[in-house]
Amino acid sequence: MHEKKINMKDVIKNVGKVIYRGLKRAFIVMKPSLVAIGLGLLIGLMIMIIFDAGDAFPALGTLLIGGFNGGLRGIGNTLYQAAPIILTGLAVAFAFRTGLFNIGASGQMMMGAYVAIHIGVRYSLPGTLHWIVAFLAGMLAGAIWGLIPGLLKALSNVNEVVSSIMMNYIAGNLLIILIMRYVFNSSYSRSLNILRTAELPLLTSVFPGSTANIGIFIAIIVVVIAHIILHKTTLGFGLRASGFSMPGSKYAGMNTKANIITAMTLSGSFAGMAGAIAFLVVGKNIGTAFEIFPQGFDGISVALLGLGEPIGALFAGLFLANIRMGAFYMQRYSFVPQIIDMIIAVIVYVTAISSALQIVFKRYREQIKSWSKRIFKKKEGQ
Amino acid sequence: MDILYLLIQNAYPTMTVLLIVALGGLLTERSGVTNIALEGIMIFGAFLGVWAIHGLEIYPFTVMTIIVMILVSLVWVISIALLIHFGLSKLGLKEFSLKRLNFKNPENKGYIAINIIFVIIFTGLIVLSFFVFGIPKQLILIMGIMIGGMVGALYAMIHAYASIHMKADQVISATALNLFAPAFAIFTARFIQRGQQIPFSSSFMIQKVPLLGDIPVIGDLFFSRVFISFYIALALLVILWIIVYKSKFGLRLRACGENPHAADSLGINIYKLRFKAVVLSGLFAGMGGVIFVISTSTEFNVTVAGFGFLAIAVLIFGNWRPRGILMAAIFFGFTKTLASSYTALPVLYDLGFQREYYELIPYIATLIILAFFSKNSQAPKALGQIYDQGKR
Repeated sequence: MHEKKINMKDVIKNVGKVIYRGLKRAFIVMKPSLVAIGLGLLIGLMIMIIFDAGDAFPALGTLLIGGFNGGLRGIGNTLYQAAPIILTGLAVAFAFRTGLFNIGASGQMMMGAYVAIHIGVRYSLPGTLHWIVAFLAGMLAGAIWGLIPGLLKALSNVNEVVSSIMMNYIAGNLLIILIMRYVFNSSYSRSLNILRTAELPLLTSVFPGSTANIGIFIAIIVVVIAHIILHKTTLGFGLRASGFSMPGSKYAGMNTKANIITAMTLSGSFAGMAGAIAFLVVGKNIGTAFEIFPQGFDGISVALLGLGEPIGALFAGLFLANIRMGAFYMQRYSFVPQIIDMIIAVIVYVTAISSALQIVFKRYREQIKSWSKRIFKKKEGQ
Repeated sequence: MDILYLLIQNAYPTMTVLLIVALGGLLTERSGVTNIALEGIMIFGAFLGVWAIHGLEIYPFTVMTIIVMILVSLVWVISIALLIHFGLSKLGLKEFSLKRLNFKNPENKGYIAINIIFVIIFTGLIVLSFFVFGIPKQLILIMGIMIGGMVGALYAMIHAYASIHMKADQVISATALNLFAPAFAIFTARFIQRGQQIPFSSSFMIQKVPLLGDIPVIGDLFFSRVFISFYIALALLVILWIIVYKSKFGLRLRACGENPHAADSLGINIYKLRFKAVVLSGLFAGMGGVIFVISTSTEFNVTVAGFGFLAIAVLIFGNWRPRGILMAAIFFGFTKTLASSYTALPVLYDLGFQREYYELIPYIATLIILAFFSKNSQAPKALGQIYDQGKR
């Protein structure tokens, strides 16, 4: 037996190569998102400089550091905020993969939140069972709210964008009616506090003083499940096929109508979970002024930034929650936290045009190359 | 009977806004570009338009306001003059038509000079009238609407550029605009005046139109307690109907929404046409935003209450046709008004439902009607599709 000696140098070289390739691939995949984030921050910075040049740079720094400004407490709050955004982002991304634009994640989240609160306030179940039931009921409510646009789209070809916008407004008004009827705290004009048993287990021992709960772990698990459904199962294959081409998948013998309904229901259930996670915390209440939850719209940004992938939505959600917390801490400078919404809008816009933008960049690069060549040649000629 | 009049008069503002914005939506969607951004454009237009009104009320005669007034009047006079030119060429009066406006041709110099003088005189007249009459209320309102429209048109260009030239998903770029507008409004307003609300002092409602308001039934129905925007909206409806169905531009627009490749093969520049359509829709939506704030509130508070989205529902409801849109706007106007004025109706008040139940009506009605009529809807065939010349 002749054994080859293992050369440590080669091993390190190979491992280095693998890591380098992986990073390069990851970079190529993430490039549009990174470009979008960069441009968004740049434009945000420009707006800030226009309004107050002195504070602009430190404010941007605070913004980027985000939840870490507040130490462990800030990180905990970031995680609490991140979970619903990740889930609504997942909802939008999942529907997006099936070729549907679920702009109604807000409405689904609202219904999920209400049902979870309803069970948390009005029923008393033993210990752990209580929050599990409340959570699952919230998920179910979201699923039903997502099912309706799905059914309308599948059965009578109603544009899901319009119908889910309508569902948002219906949810907004219905929420007020339901809260005032069943769980009304008339002295504060908002919903009652949920019972202690209905509260999701908190992570206060790790992040003292924050509202961090196990929602973030639930979000991560759901993201992984969604990834498996989308990429490793027949159902997911069918959904993605419908997303690529509705007529094509129909021709291949898939039941596109069922696919639409499934996708919207699953998407709605993710958004419903977001609602349950956000409001199964003692002290978080829904007011009775008409409002459509902004997390649903954040979900759109998260899904786009995450390139329509569940795993992408996880990281994009964490990023977004972090800079939202950053905007909170940024108030010590003279800026209004709405700057963050402008930055997000720019990010969404740039991701929308990213494919064309890359062509433009490529053209510029080629032009610059040809110029440099010409200059080089001239020098040589001289 | 008085209650009925009151209800109808209360319904006019919502109807007006929905009508104008849905007409804007008609233009883009007929050209094949969906425009969910109407909401954001309305907010943007309303923000700067109402701010202009606020400024005109407080500082009517500073240099800045005068410059703004001159610029705005200039732009509008030019665009109206262009519209008249197109109209003349439509009527067969070729000698006045725009085709002769060839700047390189020395023969046209006199003609162009006349045009420029005309534009300057009219701009001057508008601005002068501000000085002479001390800026009457209605002129302030019209000024605000003009500014709102212009801002809306400029803002819509961002969406047009992304969705037409950069081949972005139309819904996504529109969502970006929807996100940006309220954030920008809050940010700027808070920065400059330490509060996001922009109040305006005057009420622009016309209690009674002179002469016409005295006619027995019609006077009560159409000429008392209305806003000037109501008549603007009706005029725009007629103009748009003519543009879409009776002009060359309209024919091309419709062709572009149905089958852009066929239209392109016949020599129509799809990109330019769609760009124009989206910009025009921004103009309408911006005007609608100002009108919404003026007629339903006493201050701008960074919201148009979802009327942009509702206008899209109106558009789909009206089957992408001006007449249908009018009917849908009337329906939505009434159902929306029920929520705000059901307390005045004893029949409804005695039922004891709270306000939110009435708020639900228009949305649920939309869903039901869409469910029944979407199968045979006459949506433009190429609606929402990215136009790519290379695609078959």
